[in-house]
Amino acid sequence: MRWIWIDRFLKFEHGKTARAVKKLSLAEDYFEQHLPGYPIMPACFILEGLAQTGGILVGEANDFKEKVVLAKITSARFQREAIAGETLLYDVELVTLRPEGASIVGKVYAIPPGVTAGEPSGTPIGEAEIFFAHLDQSRSQQLFGDHNFVFSGELKHLLGLAKASAQRTEGAS
Amino acid sequence: MQSQEEIYQKVSATLVEALNVEEEEIKPTATLQGDLGAESIDFLDIVFRLEREFGIKIPRNELFPESIFQGDPEFVLNGKVTQKGLDELRQKMPFADLAKFEQNPDLTAISDLFTVDMITKYIETKLATKV
Repeated sequence: MRWIWIDRFLKFEHGKTARAVKKLSLAEDYFEQHLPGYPIMPACFILEGLAQTGGILVGEANDFKEKVVLAKITSARFQREAIAGETLLYDVELVTLRPEGASIVGKVYAIPPGVTAGEPSGTPIGEAEIFFAHLDQSRSQQLFGDHNFVFSGELKHLLGLAKASAQRTEGAS
Repeated sequence: MQSQEEIYQKVSATLVEALNVEEEEIKPTATLQGDLGAESIDFLDIVFRLEREFGIKIPRNELFPESIFQGDPEFVLNGKVTQKGLDELRQKMPFADLAKFEQNPDLTAISDLFTVDMITKYIETKLATKV
């Protein structure tokens, strides 16, 4: 299983907001154990999806030059579980961006099967405030070299996928 | 112009949010690390929140200076902050109350200078000079 907890970006506004979608398939490994007979997504994975959406928003704001790491989840609240078959929408807003780090607030909406995902409606099933740090430039270069291990591949490619998809839609209309 | 009490209330609310502590735990003398359990990353979070709450800019190292002495022997000798070190502290952190620290200027006690009162005083100065 790959450590990627969003399927696609639906919206992305540089340095401001992002919306990503995640479809919950019963085939995903964690549903087997969590919980047998009652497949709900562990809340920590929902948070990871929110953090990936927010982390890419933060990373893109500086053209992926910074190594953005999750430093702290200041608050997180969940109203109900997310169940296999549902679609999650992660809505994230960039609150603060500074050279040392950034903070975001995020809301998670669950769309039941059969309903078209796109615009969130109703009450969010979860909300969180997440704080990211930019690894100290000089120190992280000593430790990790120039390579940006945070945005090395898939996370960054997700944005490219969203752009390509948007262009296709524009071309078709 | 906000009164000292108003500033204190807002600082308290900020710390309750950033550190997930109960309001009753916040006192002017409470130390951020010792009493309120702040960790290094929390300092950055607090700075972000204070900037938003008060509409001010807090330059890096102004409110919470990192490694003030850089291991300079003129400032620290045998684990104690020297007179010159104290002068440096006074200059870098004019809003901190050094009275108690001066009696036993142990380097390890330096984190006790970061109190709720220190933040309140810093914000007061900042707002007074805000153009």
